[in-house]
Amino acid sequence: MSARERILNRVRAVTADKNGDDPARRIAEPPRLIRPDLGDDLVQRFGEKLTLGGGSLARVQDLQQAVVEIELFIRDAELALSLRAAPALKGLPWGDALEVSFGPSAGDDLVSVTPAFCAIAETGSVVLLSGEHSPTTLNFLPDVHIVVVESNQLVRHFEDAWIKLRESGEIPRTVNIITGPSKTADVEQTLQIGAHGPRKLHVIWIDR
Amino acid sequence: MQPQSHRFKQNVSVALQDVQLQKALERVQEGFVDKRAAVVSTLPEFEQLREQGKAIRNHVLDNLDFYLQRFESQVQARGGQVHWAENAQQARDIVRDICKRVGAKMVIKGKSMISEEIALNDALEADGLDVVESDLGEYILQLAQEPPSHIIAPAIHKTKAQISELFYHAHQKLGYTRKLDTVPDLVNEAREVLRSRYLEADVGITGANFLVAETGSNIIVTNEGNGDLSCTLPRVHIVTASIDKVVPTLDDASALLRLLARSATGQEITSYTTFSSGPKRAGDPDGPDEYHVVLLDNGRTEMLAGAFRDMLRCIRCGACMNHCPVYGVIGGHSYGWVYPGPMGSVLTPNFLGLDEAGDLANACTMNGHCASVCPVKIPLPDLLREHRRRQFERKLQPRFARFALAAWATIVRRPRHYQPLMSMGIRILNRLGRGKGRFKSLPMLGAWTQTRDLPAPQTQTFQSLWKKQRGDER
Amino acid sequence: MNKARIGLFVTCLVDLYRPSVAFAAIKLLEDAGYQVEVPEAQTCCGQPAFNSGDFGNTREIARQVIDAFADFDYVVGASGSCIGTIRAHYPDLFENDPAWLAKARDLSAKTYELTSFLTDIASIDTVESSFRGEVTYHDSCSGLRELGVKQQPRKLLDSIDGVSVNEMQHSETCCGFGGTFCVKFPEISTRLASDKVDNICDSRAPVLLGGDLGCLLNISGRLQRLDKPVRVFHVAEVLADMADGAAIGEGED
Repeated sequence: MSARERILNRVRAVTADKNGDDPARRIAEPPRLIRPDLGDDLVQRFGEKLTLGGGSLARVQDLQQAVVEIELFIRDAELALSLRAAPALKGLPWGDALEVSFGPSAGDDLVSVTPAFCAIAETGSVVLLSGEHSPTTLNFLPDVHIVVVESNQLVRHFEDAWIKLRESGEIPRTVNIITGPSKTADVEQTLQIGAHGPRKLHVIWIDR
Repeated sequence: MQPQSHRFKQNVSVALQDVQLQKALERVQEGFVDKRAAVVSTLPEFEQLREQGKAIRNHVLDNLDFYLQRFESQVQARGGQVHWAENAQQARDIVRDICKRVGAKMVIKGKSMISEEIALNDALEADGLDVVESDLGEYILQLAQEPPSHIIAPAIHKTKAQISELFYHAHQKLGYTRKLDTVPDLVNEAREVLRSRYLEADVGITGANFLVAETGSNIIVTNEGNGDLSCTLPRVHIVTASIDKVVPTLDDASALLRLLARSATGQEITSYTTFSSGPKRAGDPDGPDEYHVVLLDNGRTEMLAGAFRDMLRCIRCGACMNHCPVYGVIGGHSYGWVYPGPMGSVLTPNFLGLDEAGDLANACTMNGHCASVCPVKIPLPDLLREHRRRQFERKLQPRFARFALAAWATIVRRPRHYQPLMSMGIRILNRLGRGKGRFKSLPMLGAWTQTRDLPAPQTQTFQSLWKKQRGDER
Repeated sequence: MNKARIGLFVTCLVDLYRPSVAFAAIKLLEDAGYQVEVPEAQTCCGQPAFNSGDFGNTREIARQVIDAFADFDYVVGASGSCIGTIRAHYPDLFENDPAWLAKARDLSAKTYELTSFLTDIASIDTVESSFRGEVTYHDSCSGLRELGVKQQPRKLLDSIDGVSVNEMQHSETCCGFGGTFCVKFPEISTRLASDKVDNICDSRAPVLLGGDLGCLLNISGRLQRLDKPVRVFHVAEVLADMADGAAIGEGED
């Protein structure tokens, strides 16, 4: 008998009579669980929570303004106007001021720009999916991570993101829920931004 | 690590005298307890969420076979492999074999308590692998060659000066020759040193905060982004997880995540919550080529079968130790093994036996603070008492304590004898102590009177006074 | 009108160390309009055996308590930890014994800690006492977490003119008593008591009150060893205006 069989047999011997919720059904139709009350202004909540986690937010009206905001943010950070973007963002009106390349990061990019799958009002988080056009390395290796979100991507709770994800089909290799820059308090409980990942997380919010 | 739980009392004596440690432990209150209280106070649904968290975890334990198999089939469907390990040895061998097969030279690690439990680093290093911890706290401890003293803040016992000293010695050969004295400098130096290690690593090993049966996903939560880099950059990602980590659906995971960060660090959510489901897909520009999950039993099925089943609800937030007055003054290393504080005092005797770790079950005042903050309502004091019951039945307690307890119980169970006997004893004690009102020392009670005065009885026993008063009234 | 009958659970420490606490409890309960009796066949709730893992003796002691108090309308005691044992743990002891389980549940449901009985059941919101001055209050763990005793003693203290409660830092943190813990792990226990003493002294109140004699013996013993002039009383003594004698650990000299 394999270790697998022995472990599962021991588990089976002591799992309760199955009078409770049917597990197969729970997976097929996840029951509605308690969701915290968020109030009505979801966009404002998203911004507040994002800021609480150490991220920042800029609201713009269109893609053109989004590119301008990206440039401004990089200038404010006193970095070279060069960035690595997710291939999914090839369609942005990038213009000439920025030096833009597309693809995953090998560790030498200071700024990345990525799209998001959705944004969660509950926690001020952005949800990013790995895929051919959205490399995961862009989310962690650069010093500055800029995420472009459109207002119609906002959902209330985590669970709403999962509904969207299930509708979109297969779960990708990586789902990143990102809420603020990289940080640590491992030295004397003192909060320090920029442990291993981005030192800045900036969300550009396009009001649609 | 070699268990040191049998040396608990000696460990405690050392810890209480350790000035640096005591300074470090003072930060637990502000860093964890106050922050948790603040964040919980802003979520009116928190108590309901705790009750729901308990129910979800109980449901999982009641259907563990189903969810483990579902998890396995989902991982496999996405091109990953699941390995089952009954004990630490098997788990180590599985990881070693993978590393050997893929020709790994370097391993980067995210924080994993299971890795600590199975002493994985030692095994991999014995095979000649270069193993690097990437969580800053774990990295500090790897340099110090110490085990963690807290499950979510492993280096909480270290001061800035001690960390500076460790970095100074370890990083010199890499060209870092300055002794650092600020937190930003220390964090930045570690960032630079570790960044190249991520990129070099062949294998990334992470733990699991949850395993999702619905999708075969492994969830890790971090603030540093270290675990996320560890599971994205190397060509092989291995997850070490215990079988109790599985949850049914993404929704259930979310419900527990609402409890986890709040209970752990007092955050609403950590910076990164990362779901990994299998190796990279066709067309993916990054991600690992191989994805493995090692599912560890190591005594958990035995706990599932017995009185410690509730302990398997644990989501490893550390709130119990943050709120434990005993942990707060002795620190994590005193407990002598991987898991400290109340959860450790329940787990360790299960893993190592009461002969090794019996003291842990007794080193609790039964104040109940741990259970009152546990996000999944584990009755930790009751479980500690269950260990004591077993100790009592196996006569593991010191002979004198057993004798004293038996003698006391004999009298207490006989009120008709108890009262005259106590009345006489109290009269004597009262006469001896009446002048000062207290004793500076008493035979057999040195454990008390060495550091505390013992108040003398006020007069006679209440029962004899009451009887007298009733008699007078009649 | 027939008065409801209360059986006073004296507790072993009050019986042996501080009878005035029991007399104070009786006065408070009688003033609230109850008839109070003290069953003779009581010794201890069994907690020392329970927390030492000796469930056999605990069960026997519990049966004794259950029998002794079966006939009362209420059972009241001036100790969170003893009452917590009866309320929160007695039923667990008889999980496999339906007859005794029913009796244990009956007892559990009618048993109350003194200050919570006075405020929550007897609806008392003021007491008369000549006690004056600033006090600080230690929340004993069992009362706080097993029984929810927190505001009740404060509410009653607030009703006394000229008494004010200076809250200490960490009033809800364990004092290190823990029953047999204090002699099994004296070093840890002493350290916790010392931390408690620091917080008490920082509150600048000259008097410490609490609802559990075990904690109060431990804290007063440490206060006195460290030569701190803080006086220690059980809260019942102050509420019943019976705190004019020697405080805990004070002598005649």
